Amino acid sequence: MSVSPARYIPAAACAVVLLFAANLFWGSVDIPAASVFDILCGGGEDRPSWSFIVLESRLPQALTALLVGASLAAAGLMLQTVFANPLAGPSILGVEAGASLGVALVMLSLGGTGGLFFGGYLAVVAGAFAGAAVVLGIVIFFSTLVRSNVMLLIIGLMVGYAASSVISLLNFFATAEGVHSYTLWGMGDFSGVSLRQMPFFCAALGAGLLIAALSVKPLDALLLGERYAGNLGVRVRRVRLLLLGSTGILTATVTAFCGPITFLGLAVPHLSRLLTGSARHTTLLPVTLLTGSAAALLCNLISVLPGSTGMIPLNAITPMLGAPVIIYVIVNQRKIQYFN
Amino acid sequence: MEQRRVVSGEGLAVGYRTGRGGGRRVHENLSFELRSGELTCLMGPNGAGKSTLLRTLGGSQPPLAGELSIDGRPMAECGQRRLSRLVGVVLTDRVHAGGLRVRELVALGRYPYTGFFGGLDRDDRRIVDASMREAGIEAKAECYVSELSDGERQKAMIAKVLAQQCPIILLDEPSAFLDVASRIEVMHLLHDLARNRGCAVLMSTHDVGSALHLADRLWLLSPQEGLCCGTPEDMVADGSLDRVFGRNGIVFDRRVGEFRRPCASAEAVSVTADGEELAFWTENLLLRCGRQPAERGEQTRTGVVVRSCRDMELRREGSPAVHCASFAELADALNGKNDG
Repeated sequence: MSVSPARYIPAAACAVVLLFAANLFWGSVDIPAASVFDILCGGGEDRPSWSFIVLESRLPQALTALLVGASLAAAGLMLQTVFANPLAGPSILGVEAGASLGVALVMLSLGGTGGLFFGGYLAVVAGAFAGAAVVLGIVIFFSTLVRSNVMLLIIGLMVGYAASSVISLLNFFATAEGVHSYTLWGMGDFSGVSLRQMPFFCAALGAGLLIAALSVKPLDALLLGERYAGNLGVRVRRVRLLLLGSTGILTATVTAFCGPITFLGLAVPHLSRLLTGSARHTTLLPVTLLTGSAAALLCNLISVLPGSTGMIPLNAITPMLGAPVIIYVIVNQRKIQYFN
Repeated sequence: MEQRRVVSGEGLAVGYRTGRGGGRRVHENLSFELRSGELTCLMGPNGAGKSTLLRTLGGSQPPLAGELSIDGRPMAECGQRRLSRLVGVVLTDRVHAGGLRVRELVALGRYPYTGFFGGLDRDDRRIVDASMREAGIEAKAECYVSELSDGERQKAMIAKVLAQQCPIILLDEPSAFLDVASRIEVMHLLHDLARNRGCAVLMSTHDVGSALHLADRLWLLSPQEGLCCGTPEDMVADGSLDRVFGRNGIVFDRRVGEFRRPCASAEAVSVTADGEELAFWTENLLLRCGRQPAERGEQTRTGVVVRSCRDMELRREGSPAVHCASFAELADALNGKNDG
């Protein structure tokens, strides 16, 4: 049932372009397609509010979704290969919870939205990265003690719960305003990146994705396990650190701006492998990036479905799409090649 | 072909580093040399440290003391890249590469030679094809690794190490999961590899018979005696095999080249058989039934006369001869089952 990557990649690229366009033309405010087209071509001065919505809200939001989808999917793929565990992912291993804890520390101590809007986003990103790095460090430490992959996942989950409980404690002591902004952030949405923050956002994610793209060769070798990879000339420790660092940057940046978005990182690599029947990273990584972008753009489109009544939080949508994929994979694991 | 020492160890200590400076030494003071153009079999009881020694020679576990040199240079000075072109390994590690096709797995053997993204040129493809053919796995080239049997997986890993084109090849129990025919195929393949390509091949195995037949040299590793090396016939003659493996009355039977446990208080039975083949299998039966085939000319109270596999007689002093029409009847007669 799988499609060859040579056919899948162009199809997925088309899907991403179409979904990106759909995100520009469709939103909670009804704007005629012709006007959107006009605005995108540089016209549309007659309705400044529409022009603001398209250029300052929908465009950055679609761009954010595009990047976030690709980033989380790449992070998930790298974690799954590095830990030789198909069920690893930024949310399962507690990396997102760690990033969230960092965000909560910064956000709640700054006492609300003020920090976020006036350049404080750098502090939030730094906090998120510190949190993600600490959790990755803990997981790496336990991965040297625990040989079983399932046990490692459970440790990741436990670390995630511990981080969440600290966040709850912080919320308990924080101001109402702080709690409110933190809760909104926690629901996840792609509108958190303003045009002004976009260059930084793109640069951080671009760096993370570049590391992933430059690591496809060692990633393939890591499929054979550390000893075989080492024998083939992979500097295993260095490559692992690089890949986990990249995962940390990607997850932390996304989490800081968009909230903890679950399931994209876990489910998209599976979807990509199932659809193309390929495990080689030279083809799997581009496939995963495109599938991740398409999935995130689709989620964003669904989130504006209610129209003027408001937006559905992303974290209400991603599990609906992601959980069935994971359940399908686990139920059919004996039949799925890359699981064995 | 000229035989060179390609790996040599002098006073080598192998084991695991634990904590600072310390370590669990599995073996100390091992001295050996591995020669090109020879198939060397590493044998020893379970837990003797065969895998540890192989991992040390493969460079994935540094020696704790002593000198280890590869291709005339100390191993420690050998960079990982150079080492990956010198030493290829087949390990017992479980490989999580079920999602790769066999061709892709074997192509990973070209890792030390390919460019940044791991693309294969025409030569690489030719070598991959030839390696699969040599290892007898070319029929499965387009199959997923997960679809292979244990034996086929082993052959795929051997094809990978062939594609790596190293002058030194180390294999940890490559024939462990193979059926009889595949086991002999693999042994012959490795033997030819040493003969024809001048590789130094070192494999660990528990298969005494094949090792005695095909190994140019045996390395016997035991917890008490350390490592002793020599040509199989010399080691049979000087009783080394008994010293390393023999315990609880299990001894190496030099005439048949196998380990056996003779019965201490066995009754000697003389064998008169038509031809060596019949004599061999008659003795086999006697040993299983707790008797000891008598030395030539020895006076015994019991004798077996085997004229063909359909016509044999059990003669006991003081009782009439029992005629048997098959080895099954002879066994029953020896065990006293059909007397009444």
